[in-house]
Amino acid sequence: MNEAISLVALAASLTAAVARWRRAPDWVVAAGAAVVVVLVGALSFHGARTALGRLGPTVGFLAALLVLADGCRRAGLFHALGALMAFGSRGRPSRLLAMVFAVAAGTTAALSLDATIVLLTPIVFATAARLTTSPRPHVYACSHLANSASLLLPVSNLTNLLAFAACGVSFTRFAGLMALPWLVAIAIEWVVLSRVFADDLRQAGAPTAAAAMQRPTLPGLAMTVVALTLIGFGVSSIVGVAPVWFATAGAVALTLRYPPESVTQLISSAEPTFLVFVLALGVVVTAAGNNGLSSVVDSLLPHGQSLPALLAVAVVSAILANLVNNLPATLIIVAVVSASAPAGVLAMLIGVNVGPNLTYVGSLATLLWRRIVHAHDEDVDVVEFLKLGALTVPVTLIAATVALWLALQVL
Amino acid sequence: MRVLVWITEGSWQPCVDQARALTPADAQLTLLHVAASDVERLADHPGPERLGRHRKPPKDEPRVREIAESEAQALLAAARERLGRDAETVSRRGRIEREVLEAAEGFDLLVLARDGRPSREPKSIGHYARFVVDHAGCPVLLVWAQTPPGLEDMHWPPHLRR
Repeated sequence: MNEAISLVALAASLTAAVARWRRAPDWVVAAGAAVVVVLVGALSFHGARTALGRLGPTVGFLAALLVLADGCRRAGLFHALGALMAFGSRGRPSRLLAMVFAVAAGTTAALSLDATIVLLTPIVFATAARLTTSPRPHVYACSHLANSASLLLPVSNLTNLLAFAACGVSFTRFAGLMALPWLVAIAIEWVVLSRVFADDLRQAGAPTAAAAMQRPTLPGLAMTVVALTLIGFGVSSIVGVAPVWFATAGAVALTLRYPPESVTQLISSAEPTFLVFVLALGVVVTAAGNNGLSSVVDSLLPHGQSLPALLAVAVVSAILANLVNNLPATLIIVAVVSASAPAGVLAMLIGVNVGPNLTYVGSLATLLWRRIVHAHDEDVDVVEFLKLGALTVPVTLIAATVALWLALQVL
Repeated sequence: MRVLVWITEGSWQPCVDQARALTPADAQLTLLHVAASDVERLADHPGPERLGRHRKPPKDEPRVREIAESEAQALLAAARERLGRDAETVSRRGRIEREVLEAAEGFDLLVLARDGRPSREPKSIGHYARFVVDHAGCPVLLVWAQTPPGLEDMHWPPHLRR
């Protein structure tokens, strides 16, 4: 009975997140589901408190990163990066794509996938449009790199943050082990995207506007704060201060120097509804895990640190991320693979971070839902995305996992 | 004679030049640009694929749709100036192939550029232009976006080689 209730609670939370009902926002439904699983006894009160205690610092870390990224926006960092990409492109679409790759991979790694999606991608669109070049390759590159370039640091993706504690490694060792997989993933994206979009990257006639541009200057203070924050992350284990405090310090510094218009703007930049959703989802997944889901996943996943085991973990994680979206997939799998940390956890992260590029919509459930409800949604080019996913994801999963295995042998 | 000239970011200059050179002086020209709605959708606020994330782009930032519209107008204006003739301009938004075909209804001629490889190869016509050429109901004038290589440089299939 508890098993059924917790699975229904999980399904309800995910459905609400995909359906986006106005009257029943996903965070309300997820919070309600979390309360229900505790009330019916599918998860003890103590168990829920432990889960929240474990997730709390992670969610706080995410909030600090979101505020830090928004401070960078107010400092004009993303507009300056847009100007830098335009300048560096010299009006040539293929050079612009190279600039977009560098900036999107850097932004995702340092400021997280959320910064790339919400703050950088619109700028990239505007930059391409103003250079009179098709924005298509550049926007698709941002969308793909927000996932595949989020392997490098624990702060690059919420999935990494959720699994970081289970890894049992320092911030720098995480980065060291994931550097090669990150580079491999970006290289594969480059090879595929620059070929698939070759037609859009060809420019007949004279290059436009950018030729006469002056080299833009990046906002020095914001860049310094981000650099110091990253250095802080790096030395966190040496000085014995948790990384979250460096993120908080960075966020506070930028908020003071570039104050938001209102307190509301500051709060909304931290996406409070998303934070509540993650906490509630964590409780619901814990209940489902305790009631049989963990043992099912455990039986599906191989254990150990051999290359075949790591490949299997990455592939199963990618499949699960495509079935139920990568946040719940991470929460479900991390409890199981933490036994073979760090290798197993890092292989899982390759799967859940790269995997979502396979289905345009993040998960099969979303795809089906949208086909059913928005049958006439012409704004989605599912075929284009599935093609890109099919060309990049399987290769990246294998190559990045092999790279991880090599890094584990050396480091 | 009513002529529709479909311009894209990558090939608008040669397309306009050749439309001017190859159509009668008394033809009524209409310049068309189509903005891809799927790209705008991907560049705008996160969709349901980003589970639980709802954040809209900050209010003080320009919106993707507005940028797309103003850039489309600017491109059409630049094209009309380059054309140097009186011409209507039409800006549409949606799935590219569909919008072009619908816009071409009632025209006597559709002018478009090959947007594929700049060589005499089967892929000289890109993805969207290919669909439009296949399905257009009116005559189509297909112009080279770049000077094509001479016949001597062409890669002949084996059965056509001398």
